[in-house]
Amino acid sequence: MNDVRVQHSNWSSRIGTTIVVIAFVALAAAPWWAERADLRLLAEIYAYVALASLWNLLAGYAGLVSVGQQAYVGLGAYILFALAMLGGVHPLAAIPLAGVAAAIIAVPVAALIFRLRGHYFAIGTWVVAEVFRLLAAQTAALDGGSGTSLPAAVVLSIASSRATREFVIYWIALAQVAVILFAIVWLLRSRYGLALTAIRDNELGARSNGVDVARIKYAVYVAVAFGTAMVGALIFLQKIRISPDTAFSVNDWTAFVIFITVIGGIGRIEGPIIGTVIFFLLRQTLADLGAIYLLILGVVAIAVMLWAPKGLWGLIADRLGWQVFPLQRRLVTKRRG
Amino acid sequence: MADPLLQVRALDAHYGDFQALFGVSMRVTEGEVVAVIGANGAGKSTLLKCIAGAMPVRRNAIQYYGVSIGGDPAHEVVSRGIALVPEGRRLFPSLTVEENLLIGGQLGRKGPWNLKRVYGLFPMLEQHRHQPSPSLSGGQQQMVAIGRALMSNPRLLLCDEISLGLAPIVIRDIYASIPAIAAEGLSLVIVEQDIVQALKTARHVYCLQEGRVALQGEAKTLTREKISAAYFGV
Amino acid sequence: MEWVNTILQGVLLGGLYAMFAAGLSLIFGVMRLVNIAHGDLIVLAAYVALVTVQTLGINPILSLVIVVPVMAIIGYTLQRGLLNRTLGDDLLPPLLVTFGLSVIIQNGLLELFTADSVKLNAGAVEIESIAVGGGLAVGVLPLAQFALAVVVIAGLQWLFYRTALGRAFRATSDDPSVARLMGLNNAHVFALAMALSLAIVAVAGVLLAVRANFDPAIGPARLIFGFEAVIIGGLGSMWGTLAGGIILGVAQAVGAQLDPGWNLLAGHIAFLVVLALRPQGLFPKVQG
Repeated sequence: MNDVRVQHSNWSSRIGTTIVVIAFVALAAAPWWAERADLRLLAEIYAYVALASLWNLLAGYAGLVSVGQQAYVGLGAYILFALAMLGGVHPLAAIPLAGVAAAIIAVPVAALIFRLRGHYFAIGTWVVAEVFRLLAAQTAALDGGSGTSLPAAVVLSIASSRATREFVIYWIALAQVAVILFAIVWLLRSRYGLALTAIRDNELGARSNGVDVARIKYAVYVAVAFGTAMVGALIFLQKIRISPDTAFSVNDWTAFVIFITVIGGIGRIEGPIIGTVIFFLLRQTLADLGAIYLLILGVVAIAVMLWAPKGLWGLIADRLGWQVFPLQRRLVTKRRG
Repeated sequence: MADPLLQVRALDAHYGDFQALFGVSMRVTEGEVVAVIGANGAGKSTLLKCIAGAMPVRRNAIQYYGVSIGGDPAHEVVSRGIALVPEGRRLFPSLTVEENLLIGGQLGRKGPWNLKRVYGLFPMLEQHRHQPSPSLSGGQQQMVAIGRALMSNPRLLLCDEISLGLAPIVIRDIYASIPAIAAEGLSLVIVEQDIVQALKTARHVYCLQEGRVALQGEAKTLTREKISAAYFGV
Repeated sequence: MEWVNTILQGVLLGGLYAMFAAGLSLIFGVMRLVNIAHGDLIVLAAYVALVTVQTLGINPILSLVIVVPVMAIIGYTLQRGLLNRTLGDDLLPPLLVTFGLSVIIQNGLLELFTADSVKLNAGAVEIESIAVGGGLAVGVLPLAQFALAVVVIAGLQWLFYRTALGRAFRATSDDPSVARLMGLNNAHVFALAMALSLAIVAVAGVLLAVRANFDPAIGPARLIFGFEAVIIGGLGSMWGTLAGGIILGVAQAVGAQLDPGWNLLAGHIAFLVVLALRPQGLFPKVQG
């Protein structure tokens, strides 16, 4: 008689998770050891890790390749500005509210664009982002196309001193990415995660095994919209200024995110993290090249897609059996008696 | 001695980790009809796919007139004169009957086969020539598939289970056309589950069992007992 | 009367959109690939026309003689050298590679030509118009563009259903592995399809360059218009694509008439309405 259980962790994930926890504690303490400019950079890194991880969940796991997630970045940001400036809501409270509002809007949007398949679905997501952008440009209350800034009163309501404000925003950014990563790991470990992996590997096979593919994809799309909107809300809260072109920028919120995930590794949790690190390293060295920088990113992304489709993490991890988070599923049997 | 039309030499074939053929050897001389029989999964279709260039194999495992062609891309193999009638017909659904035939001939190889000739061989196709191919019956579709392969004027025609899913009377009609095809000097390799038909049509027979040649010989010398033993591996 | 004029302008604009769409749906039909860089390639063609006009000093319309073959060669090489490797069951590689291509083209053009918008001058023909009665006048150029779009679409239909190449396209699209077994070199067939698509893109690009200002960033919008025209019209039908383009053009024109800021939105809304009420499009090809 055998005892059978599913084991998620291995030697590598035990080390990896420990490192992550230590890193988290160190980063939480950053306001005490880092410069203000570094805090802003770190917050930006957290935002990209979060956005890329969410995109990865959507594309790498649920098979929904979206080139229109900027729709929700901008939507979350605009809802926050609207709530704070027109609704008198405290900006920090507005962040989760923006997420909820975006999730509610995502439901009918999904109903519409899920009628498109594969490649056409991708372009459909872009159309949605364009519609949001154009609607934002038409919203006179928020100064339409030229954009607007948060009034001083709203900014001060976060905290009275500038330093404290920066710390608060930094901690929220760190909390956001931590919660998002934690939620994704938790999801993937659950049976929904098993369903998602099945869908990713073989959708038809998953369906014929009773997995409600349509409902799961729907749920993932709405959940990702929720997360993306909150990240977007915080990004623009930090910037204080918003405009339709920056809020719904394809370059900033989709091109970079996709390149990060592709180079790091699609379909793995560690991919977006590795990818973001590489992206920012490249940016430090190449940023003043302007358009050439983006061109190089495009070339690198294509090269990775063709010759290392699992990304850099995929290359390393597959060869060495590494995982940072305990996500594998290994059937462990123990003989009894 | 001149090179045979086709020499298969110790052919191995794999689908990923699964090995489907183990050291299969076979010989087809000009003007000959060879049959390959065997149970489902014995590797008959795989053998034809290897010859047709649809699977990666060792270069000298397949020799055509002495030239090694193993692993050559399928479209090059056709241009050399080897045509396949695929298992299950596999006609192009958005093309009409005539368009399917024309696709077969688009390489422009010289030879006796053209639209008129094919319609002469299968007269009932001419009435349906402008109909979409899926609208035809199974037997008619099989005729189109054979005609399509003939249009490339091959020297070697590979027929993969042309009797599959067809009524006996239809099978008889189709096989009645084989002598006319062979009379032009074409050589044929016929893969069949219908042993009776295979033995009637071919001179030389190979029996595959689990990827290996279990029996080979002239059709008239093979007894039922020998074939059963080779077929089922008992 | 003003409304009739608006709708007329929209119809003519729709011809241009149908041309954007034709190249896109040709590729999807033959190899199930949606080229996200399609719009940027239209802009690239416009810039190739610009360079041709500046170097040779000829009329932009004449530059077609150079731009079309150049873009066709680019298409063949692009497909054979890069995009053929992405084809397969997985939809991520072609999508991401063409997305990367889109970014590369946009930024390459930005580096070479800056973000300043430019326009090509086709000369006097730009302001000429023909009176069509009832006090209405139609510009010669928009009319010619529309006529050209109809010719291109009719040409594609003819090519697909009456030529050996079209047969090869349809066969390879139906069943690529059997197509190979019939002697078709898929790599070459796909490359020819892309060459044809970019030849159409070349025409669209030159027309775009003459019609309005352009700059490196306007590619994605062209892709979206082409895509919307395909979806509104219905997948698989070339004439449906023309209808889709016209509907999109008219929607945009009507929107602009109501409020200048609404012209793009009106088009998107028309698309979303069709998607909501008749997702298969207005004239989908009935599967035989």
